[in-house]
Amino acid sequence: MKYQSQAVAKPYFIAAIGLFVGQILFGLVMGLQYVMGDFLFPEIPFNVARMVHTNLLIVWLLFGFMGAAYFLVPEETERELHSPLLAKVLFWVFLVAGALTILGYLLVPYARLAELTMNDLLPTMGREFLEQPTITKIGIVVVALGFLYNIGVTILAGRKTVVSMVLLTGLVGLAVFFLFSFYNPDNLVNDKFYWWWVVHLWVEGVWELILASILAFVLIKVTGVDREVIEKWMYVIIAMALISGIIGTGHHYYWIGAPEYWQWWGSIFSALEPIPFFMMTVFAFNMVNRRRREHPNKAAVLWALGTAVMAFLGAGVWGFLHTLAPVNYYTHGSQITAAHGHMAFYGAYVMIVLTIISYAMPILRGQEAADPRAQVLEMWSFWLMTVSMVFITLFLTGAGVLQVWLQRFTDDPQPFMVVQEKIAVFYWLREAAGGVFLIGLILYVAAFFVKGGERVMASNAVADTA
Amino acid sequence: MERIASHPAAGQNKALPGDFAIWIFIYAELLVFGIFFLAYAYTRAQHVALFNEYQQHLDRESGAINTLVLITSSYFVVMAVNAVRRGAARRCGQWLVLAIGSGGVFVVVKLAEFAARHAEGVTLSTNTFYMFYLSLTFFHFMHVLMGMVILSVVAVKAYQGAYNALEHTGVETGASYWHMVDLVWIVLFPLVYVLH
Repeated sequence: MKYQSQAVAKPYFIAAIGLFVGQILFGLVMGLQYVMGDFLFPEIPFNVARMVHTNLLIVWLLFGFMGAAYFLVPEETERELHSPLLAKVLFWVFLVAGALTILGYLLVPYARLAELTMNDLLPTMGREFLEQPTITKIGIVVVALGFLYNIGVTILAGRKTVVSMVLLTGLVGLAVFFLFSFYNPDNLVNDKFYWWWVVHLWVEGVWELILASILAFVLIKVTGVDREVIEKWMYVIIAMALISGIIGTGHHYYWIGAPEYWQWWGSIFSALEPIPFFMMTVFAFNMVNRRRREHPNKAAVLWALGTAVMAFLGAGVWGFLHTLAPVNYYTHGSQITAAHGHMAFYGAYVMIVLTIISYAMPILRGQEAADPRAQVLEMWSFWLMTVSMVFITLFLTGAGVLQVWLQRFTDDPQPFMVVQEKIAVFYWLREAAGGVFLIGLILYVAAFFVKGGERVMASNAVADTA
Repeated sequence: MERIASHPAAGQNKALPGDFAIWIFIYAELLVFGIFFLAYAYTRAQHVALFNEYQQHLDRESGAINTLVLITSSYFVVMAVNAVRRGAARRCGQWLVLAIGSGGVFVVVKLAEFAARHAEGVTLSTNTFYMFYLSLTFFHFMHVLMGMVILSVVAVKAYQGAYNALEHTGVETGASYWHMVDLVWIVLFPLVYVLH
């Protein structure tokens, strides 16, 4: 660890992994409820399990992004973090607020939660992914502002690199677009229209900047390739990602009452969204092939390459599958959407956070890389989680194709629940794949506890002998 | 007439002038416009009468003027690259200013055209033809602005002496992008304004 203040990243990463475990457990509960509707009813109804599954995902990814920023910004700016204390305080604020919110979902009915948190003063609840009580949303804004202040002051006072500036732009964008979660118009079309400004412009806009900067940072570190080369590619990739992603918002506007031209704009621009992801894959493999050093952290290199490939497959290929308006007419809101959502979130954002954790955590624990035995275990977890996610995606795609066929693309459409019965076999298979994912996740956590010969950091070793 | 000197930038003895990354970008841009043009052609085939009728409402004179303006600006850009290859960095900057000025003329003419359509009450939702006309021309318009920004940065650096006869990759990079903007218009103008 080059800078003492980087240590504040550690609790963020630990919390991220803890919440990740929670997310997967609720995912398994929900997966079972797809085929056994009354499983855990009435304690944990399906809608609550779903809310917890998706909200935990967002919260742990945010913990991961913040941890990543606290870790890489001091190194990029070549100075200590402006206020490590503020980072620690905000960590506890965010963790407690997040935990209380999840407990609120689980312990009281949602309508009662809305009453308790005085949602009627500024109604923002009741919308998918933005279910958080208004008070929690305000808390998120406060944490985000404090975080941006801390990171921003550090970056502006120190060395300015492309990596840190792109990261800062992405994080500012994340905060700005979240403000649309407070805009809750009565008109349902307007509501949905701006709802996507949070949901879509996060994952297909500003989050991509965060992803690109973290990936670039890790690749610079593990390959030793010139910063200038990596930065140039980063510019081209994020320019394309932003142009196609921002106008590509149109692929959500096909059927919600927005003007018809969105069918053209959305189709054409989002058809291009796979290109920057493909470029990212080519770029990552290229950089690793041109590496000037053999970094001892093989697991981090694996995660970095995995991110590039899985983001392309999940976001690029599975997104393209149903992004054209004439196709989406039949597929929107089906299990094909769920298939895409699973692999895109895992491939792009889960994996990039696991990449930076894999790279940073050993350093935060005073080693350049984890013990080789721990790395082997971590790589096992990589393959188990990644392959099972591929299967989850394939099974959901199978379910989705059959669903669209029986329910929509037919002269004799069958009712929703009748179709759900018919595609149950896919849900069982998905649940089995989810079980394998959990095993992978357990191994992932276990890898942190593997005891091995202590490998001190090369820099420390040099200092000791000097 | 200035002497033509064509020495590519040092270490650039490959087929593509300028930075390789800009070519990735150029191909991606051409792909977007290409898809848009194909979508236009396909839709036109479905609604021939509608497209023929509303094409008559377009201002072909201003389109033709803008075509000449952009081709002229590309000539200026060629002369700018030519100048820097001879080591005349200041002269390069002057040619670039002329190119940016031409871009400015294009922008003014285009804005007048948009204003006239706006006054007629034409919007993206008026009909399918106008949807394509406005989308394509506006998307291209944004590229002209982007190209002008790029050329401005290159011009400032040229005046500051950042380029010479051996190292002028930046000039070639900006020039390549500008030619792409010109090329797209040369296809767009006949396709949307003239052919029917």
